[in-house]
Amino acid sequence: MCLALPGKIKEILDDRQALVDFMGVEKKVSLDLIEKCQVGDYVIVHAGFAINTLNREDARETIDYFRQLSGHSL
Amino acid sequence: MKPSTISDNFPDTPSKRNNASKARLLLERLSAHRAPATLMEVCGTHTVALFTTGVRAALPECVRVISGPGCPVCVTPLETIEKAIGFAHRKDTVLFCFGDMLRIPGVHETLESARAHRGARVKLMYSPLEAIEYARREPDQSLVLFGTGFETTIPIFASVLMRAREDNLRNIFLLSAFKSIPPAIKALLSAGDSAVDGFLLPGHVSSVIGVEPYGFIAGEYHLPGVIAGFEAADMIEGILLLLRMIDSRQPEIKNQYTRFVPPEGNPRARAMIDTVFVSRDTDWRGLGTIHNSGFALRDDFRRFDADQLMDFEIPPVQEPADCICGEVIRGRRTPVDCTLYGRSCTPSHPIGPCMVSSEGTCAAFYKYSR
Repeated sequence: MCLALPGKIKEILDDRQALVDFMGVEKKVSLDLIEKCQVGDYVIVHAGFAINTLNREDARETIDYFRQLSGHSL
Repeated sequence: MKPSTISDNFPDTPSKRNNASKARLLLERLSAHRAPATLMEVCGTHTVALFTTGVRAALPECVRVISGPGCPVCVTPLETIEKAIGFAHRKDTVLFCFGDMLRIPGVHETLESARAHRGARVKLMYSPLEAIEYARREPDQSLVLFGTGFETTIPIFASVLMRAREDNLRNIFLLSAFKSIPPAIKALLSAGDSAVDGFLLPGHVSSVIGVEPYGFIAGEYHLPGVIAGFEAADMIEGILLLLRMIDSRQPEIKNQYTRFVPPEGNPRARAMIDTVFVSRDTDWRGLGTIHNSGFALRDDFRRFDADQLMDFEIPPVQEPADCICGEVIRGRRTPVDCTLYGRSCTPSHPIGPCMVSSEGTCAAFYKYSR
């Protein structure tokens, strides 16, 4: 239930939201729980909300991992 | 389904090769381990990831990993499930819940069967944010959010209720079944009957609460804990760190998942939890009442309390006979010790809560280890 996925901020929208790219799928995400972020930052997203920001290199490593797991029910 | 192995999960590309070789290297070190140890994870995502990555199958025989109370579906009391079913049947009311709550057996029915056969109104949500939109669109409907989850999820509901207050929405209500992980670990340890040598701590809960709330595990109970991520290498590294601290008898709380877990967690998210909620004692299915482990609405937010809509009775509840889910989440027994497991209780006909959620210990065992 606490599954969270990393994505990259593509665009900051109004209403404390951002367009986030999850391995090619773009979704609107609320930024209400995090202090500050900018386009290009990676965020970790749970139930439609970014719960923390993370460093770029680490996010890339994880995205690779989720990509290879796709097809597995995690 | 046959459990995948670590090498299956790391196709041969450069960055994956690094990750795979890290996992293999760590695993080599782990396989040299000889002293028996029982470790507990307290996160449904770990329960599943330990199977799907093949880490569980690759552990040396002397290292046992058991699942504690880390699955929200499994620890939500039957009375609360009945309340949710009651709200779903209530006139002009719609219940919003996460998908894994749908199939928990209540006394007579599940939310899923109540919706399919008796016209109850249940909506699945990906995010509780969807409730705001719905409440605006349907002002004559009462919308009850079934709030389940741990510290990862709670600030999200706090944000939604703050928004609802800002927008003066009067038709959103919350059934709070939220729970806090550290008090549950404390309750297990203070009962003194779980022979656990160390804890693999939940990565995303910790992303919000940080490292400090686990201090008592090492400080008071002299056991190690490692906050770990969910990739094979993360979990193996976490287990290795635990074993090393067990061997050296130098228990500490370590953070393996530094890329997502700053030491202080997410202070803004915690402040939002504190704005909306206050700690209260709450019941955990299988564990009983745990002091200050639940979340009640503060006075400023009490108008969102779904209890004020309760114009129905809930039937007397009784735990299913012979179900040992309570013992399983305490780490005292495993699913295969249960007489129902795999016979009358299966993922398609679950009897106990640990078989309902895909993150439940019984369901994960059934799917991956048979």
